[in-house]
Amino acid sequence: MSYSPHTAADRERMLAAIGVGSVDDLFADIPAAVRATRFELPPPLAEQEVRAELARLAGRNRIPSVSFLGAGVYRHLVPSVVSEVIGRAEFSTSYTPYQPEVSQGTLQSIYEFQSLICELTGMEVATASHYDGATATAEAALMACRLTRRHRVAVSTAVNPQVRRVLATYCAGPAIEIVEVAADIVEGGTGLTSPAAAAGTLSDDCACLIVQQPNMFGGIEPMAELADAAHDTGALMVAVVEPTSLALLAAPDSYGADIVAAEGQPLGIPASYGGPYVGLMAARMESVRQMPGRLVGATRDGQGRKGYVLTLQAREQHIRREKAASNICTNQALIALAAATFLSAVGPEGLRELADLSAIQTRHVASTIETAGLGERRFSAPYFAEVAIRIPDASRRHAALAEQGIVAGYLLERDYPELADTLLLAATELTTDADIDALVERLGATR
Amino acid sequence: MSAIERSVSGDASGRAAAFTSPEAGEALTIVEPLIFSASRPGRRAVRYPLPSSAARAAASDQPAIPEAAARASAPRLPEVAELDLLRHFNRLSHLNHAIELGFYPLGSCTMKYNPKVNEWAARLPGLADSHPLDPDPLAQGSLELEWLLAELLKEISGFAAISLQPAAGAHGELTGLLMARAYHRARGEGEQRTKVLVPDSSHGTNPATATMVGYTAVTIPSNPRGGIDLDSLRAALGPDTAALMITNPSTLGIFEDQIDQVIAAVQGAGAIAYMDGANLNAILGRFRPGEAGFDVMHFNLHKTFSTPHGGGGPGAGPVGVSERLAAFLPAPLPLLVAGDPEDVRRNAWAGRTTPGARFALEEAGVRPTSIGKVRAFTGNFGMFVRAYTYIRSNGGDGLREVSNDAVLAANYLRVRLADAFDLPYDRICKHEVVFSGRRQKREHGVSTLDIAKAILDHRIHPPTIYFPLIVEEALMIEPTETESLETLDAFVEIMHGIAEQASDDPDALRRAPVTTPVGRLDEAAAARRPDLRHEFD
Repeated sequence: MSYSPHTAADRERMLAAIGVGSVDDLFADIPAAVRATRFELPPPLAEQEVRAELARLAGRNRIPSVSFLGAGVYRHLVPSVVSEVIGRAEFSTSYTPYQPEVSQGTLQSIYEFQSLICELTGMEVATASHYDGATATAEAALMACRLTRRHRVAVSTAVNPQVRRVLATYCAGPAIEIVEVAADIVEGGTGLTSPAAAAGTLSDDCACLIVQQPNMFGGIEPMAELADAAHDTGALMVAVVEPTSLALLAAPDSYGADIVAAEGQPLGIPASYGGPYVGLMAARMESVRQMPGRLVGATRDGQGRKGYVLTLQAREQHIRREKAASNICTNQALIALAAATFLSAVGPEGLRELADLSAIQTRHVASTIETAGLGERRFSAPYFAEVAIRIPDASRRHAALAEQGIVAGYLLERDYPELADTLLLAATELTTDADIDALVERLGATR
Repeated sequence: MSAIERSVSGDASGRAAAFTSPEAGEALTIVEPLIFSASRPGRRAVRYPLPSSAARAAASDQPAIPEAAARASAPRLPEVAELDLLRHFNRLSHLNHAIELGFYPLGSCTMKYNPKVNEWAARLPGLADSHPLDPDPLAQGSLELEWLLAELLKEISGFAAISLQPAAGAHGELTGLLMARAYHRARGEGEQRTKVLVPDSSHGTNPATATMVGYTAVTIPSNPRGGIDLDSLRAALGPDTAALMITNPSTLGIFEDQIDQVIAAVQGAGAIAYMDGANLNAILGRFRPGEAGFDVMHFNLHKTFSTPHGGGGPGAGPVGVSERLAAFLPAPLPLLVAGDPEDVRRNAWAGRTTPGARFALEEAGVRPTSIGKVRAFTGNFGMFVRAYTYIRSNGGDGLREVSNDAVLAANYLRVRLADAFDLPYDRICKHEVVFSGRRQKREHGVSTLDIAKAILDHRIHPPTIYFPLIVEEALMIEPTETESLETLDAFVEIMHGIAEQASDDPDALRRAPVTTPVGRLDEAAAARRPDLRHEFD
């Protein structure tokens, strides 16, 4: 039944105090014409029964024994300490810190999160979180439009297709036009976004150029040159980054990014069939009043104690209503806490080790496949921890391997019709040499 | 300055906040140092294995990261030992109030108990490790759970179809208005319908969402009974109306007893009737918005369906729609592609898998009328697991009991507190009740902000304050169904005590809180001189 503690005696006492005969009297103001005529739900379950049901559903999933699937969600270790911290009831069963005096745990942890994202990206200010990387990117585009007062955004086709679809949905409302910069994915291409192509697409009414680093194919984009191409037309540069790559790749501020958006899932968040994840956003202080989302700031109380509060709330819906920068209210606070705990737990050395391992194992699998004559890299450019490999008859072979519990990456033809017979393989610090051997052996067996 | 702005600047009573400017170089007392202060070069919590020499050798024939793209210097992330890391976060957690420490009657948020079996379920590796892009044959459990949850939400709400995609209530609102927009465009009325009507009691996300979708928000006044004023609504409705967004029960905790006429008027004008489902905890088993004729509604899984609030998320805001909007739902939907839906439901309710049943994600492009994606993948799946576990634990009888007890508890507080505080709408409420602190303000200069701060010293969380905007010095109390009668009675005593203090010792209330880790904070200074990140020396 429900988790209500009320006994029959409790209910009688409350009804007597209220002065009605039955609880139905409290619903008498619902017009008869609209009362529910049915409510046919399954019967209640005791804990052991509901556990069995959830175990049944969990058992219907086949978690692969070997997986090289990335494409925006990466299998990384979730350190025990991260699970421990977000499991604390004081963090998980509290809510938005509207009463800061009893919410310093949440507020300070968000301030630390903001600080860590600034440090990782090199930017001056970071928000308390967004729903995911895709919505953070869409919000960044809208922010760029507000800042420049322009109504068009340019986006590379090498940006994750899920992100681009969300961008399109968000831009439809305020009638913001999207123009695509075609990445070089023709035969023998680099797999990158060329600054010349960007310059060719940008016009002086583009609010921003959106580029992903590393891009959808794992390729390392020429971010400084792309930022220049954007700035040359007065457009802002929106960099969509993978956070673990920032251990090895240049921080966005160093190449002139104006707004940074990212999917924080790789920072100690389980794959969990698509969510909850956490969207990251960072920018320069001069843009802060156009930033959507919550911000936590430091201040003091009347007794000289340092404290933290939600601040610059005049941007937000509960103050400005129809004039708010965004409608966001509930965000992903507990997941942001997980990411902050993760970054604090791994430190700069750990993050570098994780990134190194991921990059080496990705190169390792690409090399082994090429050496075995099973396929070759589709694009010529250097890559970080994901690589596009051309394999004949990829679709059939991918399905055959999936049957055996091996997921051979992502079939790029699902989003890029011109990239048939191409697998996008991602390796992480969890990818063992044995995994690579198994993949190559099984791929060979499906020739 | 609006009431809300005054309240957040600590200036609700109209007097300047009592903060002296910090002197140059003044050292503040630190309650808990930032994580960076435990950092020493060389400390680590998590380590990773090294690449094997075979791996390095194989990798060496692949292109390296170009020098020009490499990071110049390492990020200054904390270098801490695992024990110090845990101590830091444990001590931070001790600075929070939470549902699992004490009463949390934050109106409009439904701070009910978050069952632990839900957490057990969400952590099952079979669910937690499921990758959203795994081939459908490997994700039958995830897909079935999403499908079953949608079926349950349909039955609860009476809607024809569900999308689980939106990540929060506001995100569901965005989804709903985008679908309304698509609906009107499909009928050639996209250009003419530019306005979204919202009651003056609406949550701020409603008009903010209207703006995000390119609409103009128009405010409709409430009537003296606390419902939307039907005459004003009818006057405002026209061929330029895209939608009405209405919360029911309203943000005053009052059921819109003319809701059938409201829906008829809106749809008669060719507009979409949107229900903000934040207050669903009041009406489970009593009122099904889809059955009553609404076109679209968002659910808040982190309110009605017990998923934890997390200090500000993650939530989930699925939407239900009527037949005429179903074509516009976000894509992809989880579909049952083989098997009889009746069999699958019947078996699942009995804890069985249906042989031969197969699920798949809707293929890209098969439903071109869809508004597209409002987020990557299919939604906050971890919250679906929790909500599904909650609904199955409760069953239909349990959910009916949820609303019965939520409404009982709120009305109990209404009658027990009506002598101490003004009740602007003196009638039966649903799951929450809105008082006004205006008597205390006028007679003793004690604001609702002062009352809230005084409540903090009693180890409970205050109700929502200064919302809805149409009530002066609003105090919105939502006990939920999971609080015992002793807890409710203790709250009544505390509130009576504070009402007495307002006349006997108002200064004590204005100094509150005095027992919390920090006192009232200088929010004006925080906004004037933003300090939003740690600065390294």
